[in-house]
Amino acid sequence: MSDLPAKDPWAPLRQYTKARIGLGRAGDAEPLAASLAFQLAHARARDAVHMPFDVNTLAAELAGLEPITLSSQAPDRMTYLRRPDLGRLINTNDASRLASGDWDVVFVIGDGLSATGVMAHAVPVLRATLSKLESWSIAPPVVATGARVALGDDVGARLGAKMVVMLIGERPGLSAADSLGIYLTWAPETGRNDAERNCLSNIHPPDGMGYEAAASRLVWLMHEARRRQVTGIDLKDEGEALTLE
Amino acid sequence: MTDVEVHLARYSTALGNTRFSFADLREVTAKASPARSGDALAGVIAETAEERVAARYVLADLPLDVFLSEALVPYETDEVTRLIIDTHDAAAFAPVATMTVGQFRDWLLSEEATTKALTALAPGLTPEMVAAASKLMRNQDLIAVARKCSVVTAFRNTIGLEDRFSVRLQPNHPTDDPQGVAAAILDGLLLGCGDAVIGINPASDSIPATVALLQLVDELRERWAIPAQSCVLSHVTNTLEAIKRGAPVDIVFQSVAGTQAANTSFGINLAVLKEARDAALSLKRGTVGDNVMYFETGQGSALSAEAHHGCDQQTIEARAYAVARAYDPLLVNTVVGFIGPEYLYDGKEIIRAGLEDHFCGKLLGLPMGVDVCYTNHAEADQDDMDNLLTLLAAAGVTYIMGVPGADDIMLNYQSTSFHDALYIRRTFGLRAAPEFEAWLQHAGIADADGQIPEIPPDRGATMRLLESMGV
Repeated sequence: MSDLPAKDPWAPLRQYTKARIGLGRAGDAEPLAASLAFQLAHARARDAVHMPFDVNTLAAELAGLEPITLSSQAPDRMTYLRRPDLGRLINTNDASRLASGDWDVVFVIGDGLSATGVMAHAVPVLRATLSKLESWSIAPPVVATGARVALGDDVGARLGAKMVVMLIGERPGLSAADSLGIYLTWAPETGRNDAERNCLSNIHPPDGMGYEAAASRLVWLMHEARRRQVTGIDLKDEGEALTLE
Repeated sequence: MTDVEVHLARYSTALGNTRFSFADLREVTAKASPARSGDALAGVIAETAEERVAARYVLADLPLDVFLSEALVPYETDEVTRLIIDTHDAAAFAPVATMTVGQFRDWLLSEEATTKALTALAPGLTPEMVAAASKLMRNQDLIAVARKCSVVTAFRNTIGLEDRFSVRLQPNHPTDDPQGVAAAILDGLLLGCGDAVIGINPASDSIPATVALLQLVDELRERWAIPAQSCVLSHVTNTLEAIKRGAPVDIVFQSVAGTQAANTSFGINLAVLKEARDAALSLKRGTVGDNVMYFETGQGSALSAEAHHGCDQQTIEARAYAVARAYDPLLVNTVVGFIGPEYLYDGKEIIRAGLEDHFCGKLLGLPMGVDVCYTNHAEADQDDMDNLLTLLAAAGVTYIMGVPGADDIMLNYQSTSFHDALYIRRTFGLRAAPEFEAWLQHAGIADADGQIPEIPPDRGATMRLLESMGV
């Protein structure tokens, strides 16, 4: 064995992870190339946080489903970032668009902290999920600007839906500025806490979870939620083993 | 004076021509806190900079034991308050029992407050006392006092010894891919990290996924005979179930907060933490100690769950440490910048909070680490993290996180890197936990001084470690 390796020993491992492994050293610090790559990714993530949510384009993609668009009580992006309480409530001017009905579930698509992620992944995940829910009574999808996860509780309660599925942009990381999260809440009403929800995160193919996998796990959770009439820590996600079989 | 006038006088002060009055202890404490966005969000922040200093004057003159008689969160309805009051050690408290909050601040900085004195005092202090003192301290005071505290814990190695500095190896992966996780673990080990714990945040909250990760990291640890502990940071109820299924659980993790209502929002209570600790102890997997719990906290989590009882977020954060210390933890860390700009807006607020949390945890007797971190929607960057990291090293922080390139690709935030740990160990002359350091030297990774040179002492050995990954 020679003193110097002929190739980068980390190269084969990089196929398994996008983590910044095997960066090398400049003294104890990272080499400059790694430092600049980090700065570039951070700059892009910062820009993603502040990208406007293109509601009209998203609504057009959902045209056949008669989507309802509305806003939270956060009037602008800066207020949204500092006042999560306002992002959990529907703008009262929009509330009249939500008529109560006999719905098994309502899907809410919210911008969250990455409109980029929602624009890229929400519609394909929603369509994959709907194709597995033939006998369900499904409310028109809601597209919400300035939304936090708990906005879905307000929407679900006003529609009288038995459960709400919130598809929302996760806060951007350096390697993924476009990640989507899904939160399932049984019997939505304002004041629900996070322990009462089930979450699927990191949906951003090809690196994160794919659309079919997310839809399969979500549908399993929805069936179990309906059967047991509960979500959250009382409903463990044991569906993974089932879908792998 | 009437009783009402006495009460008002207690919580008021005159500065020049202006009299500042505060309704109660909770308001004085909150308004004395350095400014941060979360307290503004909660509506408890001082309205002016002058009112903030007035609150500090009032707080300084209050007797320290006021926090034993006036609960900021009601005793009757909050099990964390009951834990704090019912387990308070009056004998340990005696040396400072007659001091005011201001005198206590001065005493902490004095030569009388030695390492030995502070260690003996810890069970006599409540979170509210140390939080109050911190509000009268500048950043350098928080560093100087924390540095005098000594907290040592152990499981398969010994953490917190003098001139040691440990790192949690955090090899997260967005789909829990076993080879991806293993590659990040190897990267960290080769850069001398992992002595605090090899701790994976699972992407999935499913029990089978938790068990699979536990088996993966335990198999690697056994194969390379590493004197370190592993942890999968699932919900405590998942870990309990994993133990029942026979999974190799070293350390039980849970996020904890400072009020019962916030803990309810996390799906936990004090009883389930005890059940989990007992279960982990029953496995008897520790070789040099039996600290089996790992807790994470962070300012703002109670307000996030609307469970803050009108208190400022730093006081509630300190109460989370009272929860942690009831279970003799191996590790506790605040995840200081993770929660976002609505609680800590920018680098200045994150740095202050990190120093406060470390100070309060250490004074209460905890093995306190800090996840020096920020998210992309906060007004902060790597330079802010370098500042906080360096200040914490000066304060004697027990451990930090080690994430490949500081970029957590699963949790989507920036923490500290393996390289950051190298910088701190070299700059401050600090070393890994002794058992782990011996392993690093035996494996040909560390030199005789415990440092990790750019060219490993035994390049062949490190190549064999890489090749053992099967690539």
